Amino acid sequence: MSTFRGLCTAILFCLWPALSHAGNTDASVGTPVSSEELAKFFAIQPDGATLPPGQGTAAAGREIYAQRCAHCHGEHLEGIKEAGGPVLAGGRGSLATDRPLKSVESYWPHASTLFDYIWRTMPFDQPGSLTPDEVYALSAYILSVGKIIDDKQVLDAKTLRKVVMPNAKGFFDGSGPELDMYRINQSASPAK
Amino acid sequence: MSLNRNTEATAGPSGDDCPCKDGMKPHLELDRRKLIFSAAAATAAAPLAAAPALAEKKTAPPGAVLYDVPDDPTKEMGRGVHEDNGYGTRSQFETEVRVKADRPLDATSWTYTPLAATIGNLTPSGLHFERHHGGIPTIDPARHELYVHGLVDIAKKFTIAEIKSLPSVTRRCFIECSGNTLDEWSKPTGKNVQVTHGLLSTTEWTGVPFATLARHVGLQENAAWVLAEGADAAVMTRSIPIGKLMSDALIAYGQNGEALRPEQGYPLRLILPGFEGNTQIKWLRRLQVSDRPFMTHEETAAYTDLLKDGRAKLFTLEMDAKSVITFPSGEMMLPKPGHYLIKGFAWSGRGRVYAVDVSLDGGKTWAPARLDNVPEPMSTVRFSYPWHWDGKPAILQSRCIDEAGNVQPTRSELISVRGVNSVYHYNAIQSWAVASDGSVSNVHV
Repeated sequence: MSTFRGLCTAILFCLWPALSHAGNTDASVGTPVSSEELAKFFAIQPDGATLPPGQGTAAAGREIYAQRCAHCHGEHLEGIKEAGGPVLAGGRGSLATDRPLKSVESYWPHASTLFDYIWRTMPFDQPGSLTPDEVYALSAYILSVGKIIDDKQVLDAKTLRKVVMPNAKGFFDGSGPELDMYRINQSASPAK
Repeated sequence: MSLNRNTEATAGPSGDDCPCKDGMKPHLELDRRKLIFSAAAATAAAPLAAAPALAEKKTAPPGAVLYDVPDDPTKEMGRGVHEDNGYGTRSQFETEVRVKADRPLDATSWTYTPLAATIGNLTPSGLHFERHHGGIPTIDPARHELYVHGLVDIAKKFTIAEIKSLPSVTRRCFIECSGNTLDEWSKPTGKNVQVTHGLLSTTEWTGVPFATLARHVGLQENAAWVLAEGADAAVMTRSIPIGKLMSDALIAYGQNGEALRPEQGYPLRLILPGFEGNTQIKWLRRLQVSDRPFMTHEETAAYTDLLKDGRAKLFTLEMDAKSVITFPSGEMMLPKPGHYLIKGFAWSGRGRVYAVDVSLDGGKTWAPARLDNVPEPMSTVRFSYPWHWDGKPAILQSRCIDEAGNVQPTRSELISVRGVNSVYHYNAIQSWAVASDGSVSNVHV
């Protein structure tokens, strides 16, 4: 009996680390980081809550664009295929046609994405080198060429989050199996 | 004989100077049968072997070292151990490589895996397809850390050593770019299977489950999405549903038994079995837990699927049931009528491959193929199907059925739902036409 009890105790001791490991958190691995250390990262969501301080206008953006962007994206935001820079404006109303033109103006659903992406990785030859003021200015310029905002509009953390993109309602959640593939009727149209 | 490693040597008369393109060597697949009708095979191969051979300077194929080839290897002592300094190379006679897409910028381009030439189910690390958005960064693992923060109890950073100290999982799964086969929506475009389907590779990955890491930071109640961010020049970001991360995501550091290759995310890559390739963030440096998706460039402007009514689908994350015949396939040549073993790959991002069917008549009739390896979730399966070609034109197809019951659609079924401007997630049945002269080409039926 005592052997049996001993065995039980031994098994319990063996299981103990596993049982304790199954708790909600195990703080033993990794170094806690402060919000100051995390400030070097960013990601801007559509609500714009984490947009940085700063501001810019289309007029300022036009000059920065000419110097830093036009050699890939074209003088008139038309894109330069050989340079790998996609079109940034135009194409509104083309998405349901045989030749859809996907640009910031015609396709992108959120202005926050424009700010995030330019700040994150542009210009292509000097990624991540633009200041928030420059990114606000470039965003204002691209949005004003696309006639999404007035060319006098000052963009900052407050105003950028209010910008409504022309194709804001053009997207829907496409996750999961494609149920339209299961329609008997071959003239199926996409699910609403 | 020379014991020296040569990076250059003179090609002998038997040098591999055939101007064949990838996958254009049916004789490699047909060694056994070549013996049976060797005369015809020799006739077919003759024009390909007509390239100048003698006295031509030759360099080693990528990943190989060129050595002198003795007339009789049993009459000369071979090389000693460790002449390779401890890391082996492939044979100088193996020449298959990834091929590059024709794009304006190599830093945002891609390369295709030579699917018709790889052997077995795993893709050699050096042949794994690539797709980069800001080039391949060089990252010192001693200076690389993974931050996990946002809706967590304790925001933390982890060194590579700390991640490696946690219990790991090793499993096989494929990665497919959602842009794989994207030139086939409107008309048959890719000349061979490397180009039509080569943004697909299968690997044995090793890493720490996200769920394990999550225990060390503590997830908050409203955690629903996680932003994964790379340390490349694109600072690539995608939002991933927490359900996926908690079910089977890996923070991977191992690829086929060694560290990740730089072009596959060294030192850390997020592996999301069955999800589209671009979500499996390479050079992973940050995971930010949130209650909603971030709507990054990649998940709104880029990797979304435009439908014919002008609306677009967001977060089409799982790769659909798909298959392709790799032999015979585009640009190959069957030397003469006779017995052939049709071969291919099948895969699904929604589970295991359950069955593969093959059609020899453009989809009118189907018969089950043999599965050559045991199906595993979100991993490729090799299939084969014995075929006696009578010399008449034939259209070869394969279709994948996964364990969830999804069936790979025909092209007309797919475009009736998606139109032809979706770009991504083209998984229609592929057709290879075999002409009466034995040539194989990409067609639509």
